[in-house]
Amino acid sequence: MSFTSLYFMVFVFAVCVFYYLVPGKYQWVLLLFASYGFYAAQGLTCIVFLLAVTLTVYLSALSIGWQQEKADREGEKMLEEGASLEERKIYKAKKKKAAKYIVIVCLFVNLGILAVLKYLNFGIDNLNRIFSWIGYGKQVTYVDLLLPLGISFYMFQSLGYLLDVYWKRAKVQKNFFKYALFVSFFPQLGQGPISRYGALSKTLYGVHSLDGRKIFFGLERILWGVFKKLVIADRIGAAVQSLVSEPAYYRGVFVLVEMLFYAVQLYCDFTGGIDITIGTAQLFGIEVAENFLRPFFSKSIKEYWRRWHITMGTWFKDYVFYPFSISKPLRNLTSFVKRHFGISVAKRVSVYTATIVLWIATGIWHGAYWRFVMWGLMNGVIILVSEELEPLYGRFHKKFPALVKSTGYRAFMVIRTFLLMSSLRLFDNARGCRDAFISFRSIFTQWDLKALTVKELTDLGLAKADYLIVAVGVLLLVLVSLLQRKQPVREYLAKKPFMIQYLIVAGLFFSILLFGVYGVGYDSSGFIYNQF
Amino acid sequence: MKTEKIKEVIENILLELHDDLDYRKEQRLVDDKLFDSLDLVTLVAELGMELGIDVTAQDFVPENFNSLEALTAMAERLMEG
Amino acid sequence: MDKNRWVKWLRNIAAAVLAIFLFLALQELVVPKYAVNFKEGGFAEEYYEETTPHDVLMVGDCEVYESFSPVDLWREFGITSYIRGSAQQLVWQSYYLLEDALRYEKPEVVVFNVQALMHGKPQKEEYNRMALDGMRWSVSKVKAVQASMLPNENFVDYLFPILRYHTRITQLTKEDTKYYARHKKVSNNGYYMRVDTAPFVEGVWFEEEPKDYAFGEMPMEYLDKIRLLCESEGIRLVLVKAPSVSPVWYDGYERQVVSYAEKYGLPYLNYLKLFDRVKLDYDTDTYDMGLHMNLSGAKKMTSYLGKFLVSECGLKGHKGEKMLEKVWEEKGKFYDNMRLKQEKEVEEYGSVISY
Repeated sequence: MSFTSLYFMVFVFAVCVFYYLVPGKYQWVLLLFASYGFYAAQGLTCIVFLLAVTLTVYLSALSIGWQQEKADREGEKMLEEGASLEERKIYKAKKKKAAKYIVIVCLFVNLGILAVLKYLNFGIDNLNRIFSWIGYGKQVTYVDLLLPLGISFYMFQSLGYLLDVYWKRAKVQKNFFKYALFVSFFPQLGQGPISRYGALSKTLYGVHSLDGRKIFFGLERILWGVFKKLVIADRIGAAVQSLVSEPAYYRGVFVLVEMLFYAVQLYCDFTGGIDITIGTAQLFGIEVAENFLRPFFSKSIKEYWRRWHITMGTWFKDYVFYPFSISKPLRNLTSFVKRHFGISVAKRVSVYTATIVLWIATGIWHGAYWRFVMWGLMNGVIILVSEELEPLYGRFHKKFPALVKSTGYRAFMVIRTFLLMSSLRLFDNARGCRDAFISFRSIFTQWDLKALTVKELTDLGLAKADYLIVAVGVLLLVLVSLLQRKQPVREYLAKKPFMIQYLIVAGLFFSILLFGVYGVGYDSSGFIYNQF
Repeated sequence: MKTEKIKEVIENILLELHDDLDYRKEQRLVDDKLFDSLDLVTLVAELGMELGIDVTAQDFVPENFNSLEALTAMAERLMEG
Repeated sequence: MDKNRWVKWLRNIAAAVLAIFLFLALQELVVPKYAVNFKEGGFAEEYYEETTPHDVLMVGDCEVYESFSPVDLWREFGITSYIRGSAQQLVWQSYYLLEDALRYEKPEVVVFNVQALMHGKPQKEEYNRMALDGMRWSVSKVKAVQASMLPNENFVDYLFPILRYHTRITQLTKEDTKYYARHKKVSNNGYYMRVDTAPFVEGVWFEEEPKDYAFGEMPMEYLDKIRLLCESEGIRLVLVKAPSVSPVWYDGYERQVVSYAEKYGLPYLNYLKLFDRVKLDYDTDTYDMGLHMNLSGAKKMTSYLGKFLVSECGLKGHKGEKMLEKVWEEKGKFYDNMRLKQEKEVEEYGSVISY
């Protein structure tokens, strides 16, 4: 069920109505039914995986929590009965080890499932390449596997909870059904965000009374998200599709065009979907974490990753980057390097290794293709390079403080970051690493502005009117973002006179109705009957 | 090692990362995003190399990294074993 | 309720009403007007403008609405008629259009063109729209839509045509403003007039022979329904087949119709067989090289039909009835006007352009 379909809207409406009719303490139960119902509509096999992840993590967390409780209890008892601190330490360490094993097994099982579903064919492909490279005649056939909807998101959300319990950062959820809701909460099933148990559980299970303002704000947010997706993203997406399907033809200036168009499409599609998610959750009085914070205003790549797909970034930081950087293998490596090459090199090794591992993992998470690994790697390398250049920047900033503060310089940094990230995104749509590099290089080697004619642009599948609609949409987007920097937009609007609010909301609604990319589309040639 | 010495070592490490902060006063190094994730990882690596301490996942929380005092207290605890 | 709340409620209701009004206004803007382009789409709604009843109701596809002229039928025999035809009208659409018409009147005779029997399932989404968009909402329309929908269609798109036609917002023409919420009369009681001529040329039309001539279940089921509906209402059903070189009317098809007609005692006028008797001529009577009749051909076919209706169906005509004379005189004027305009165009351009 697409988030922009009529079915979904009717579904949400129905759930909402019942949500405010049932007694408060059963509201979360209704959401659980709704979430599983929503998921079942995608296909019953998907439910098997959802349940598998939910059960394994729930049981693991439960037993870890039990181990921890037992450790504390027995530890106290031991001290009372005269055992030494040392003895208690040994006992606690034993219990910790048990918990650790549970975590490892659970991680193994879950990540194993994900690995098979998502990366089996990737593995087979590479195996086949090795086979042909060494001259081995046989090839392994691909396996036909369907990736269940949202598994990358809800599995990581669950594993985050597991580790939070292990590290005593979150309390165990003893109620299986309540935990099941945390995993399956339907607005998050499409594209996340990846919520933290501590944050989401604050509002997920509570009693929510009908709050007109929250409902209105939620609807506004959903409307805005649908507008971005149906009017802008899906429209410019047709042009992007044409550009990426013939990379050999569309070189030079067209690669830049593709970068710009894709940036608009991806932003509007992704943030639009998240808007619908957060807005829908808000209808139920539930607060879901933000995932984007005007990322195209970023002045550096580091800042960009604090503003784009925020929950993914923080998840990898807290559950991959930090744990890896304080892990024993890395510490041993660092000590080894320090002994032979000194502290300065050693600390770089520590940071570099952790960063590269982080970004390769991030790349792999995005897709089972080498170009995504390359994408991740390049992100990591660029970040490290800019880290090394920090002292240089620092000296530059000290020498020209006025220039650095000027709008021109800041605009330069914003544009530079935008172009940098857009270039990296070439990997998303390229056929492979090589193609991505070839396309990028052609911007410089085959640049010909004159090739960008009106005809070429309309040949991409969009009429002049369509480009106008996208342009107006993007302009509106920029205005809203600029406003958002000063204050929350919906609250700003809520203070305006009724007429203004009505115009804006009705304007959005009718824009979607008229300009949204849905339905069969009108092709007059289909109506021609009499030939003469 | 005495507390004051530990504090000095840590302060030097911090100054190497960002020399424009007064670590005797700052109380929200992590919360105010004065140190980003790469800084923290470097910090942990340096703590490991200079003081020989192993920061565990449970120690790696903002409360222990927000100020020089908190870092010193954590380092002392971990050095005691 | 204190004044504030009362005002708020009023304001909210006004806002809702305005939104609904805007919705309908925008919807009317984007739906095709079928006034200048694709006139066939405008036929369905013209029927409801009739003020007097009809002796004969004709249903079917282009072969029925381009072969018979109600005005000529009136002029020669005083018989009143209407053709509820549409582009590639399918048998179930004919049935529901007939059922719908019976809510307003009860004719003595129903004429049905059998070409559509060859279409066993829903064909083209655009033709569905042209056939059904103009129908007034009723149980018949709901059933017609359900029976006609292709897999990629949704009922809600018929309920709110703006969902289907909204992309026209960037393709609006003068036609959309000129005929906004107005209907332009495009037919002569459902007859599509063409006065130009383009003689049939051998070898122009090519088609593949079907592997199986048997008519599908669905069209036969609805043919039965049409027959039974007529029976229950005491209406005489007459089957016709207009002359056309394409689609080819195979013997396989013919046999099934003949046996059906014989089985149920239905008269069947196959103009392909009657071609010479009616004195049809592919040199003068077709405007599109043999696919459809022009006015000359239609007059001949209508004349023959009229004689049949008088002698075999006992229709007496209404010549002399003041009310009908007046109504049909008006129709005659419109008809003559159109004929003159078309003849002028043929003189100037060689063929009819704007119809």
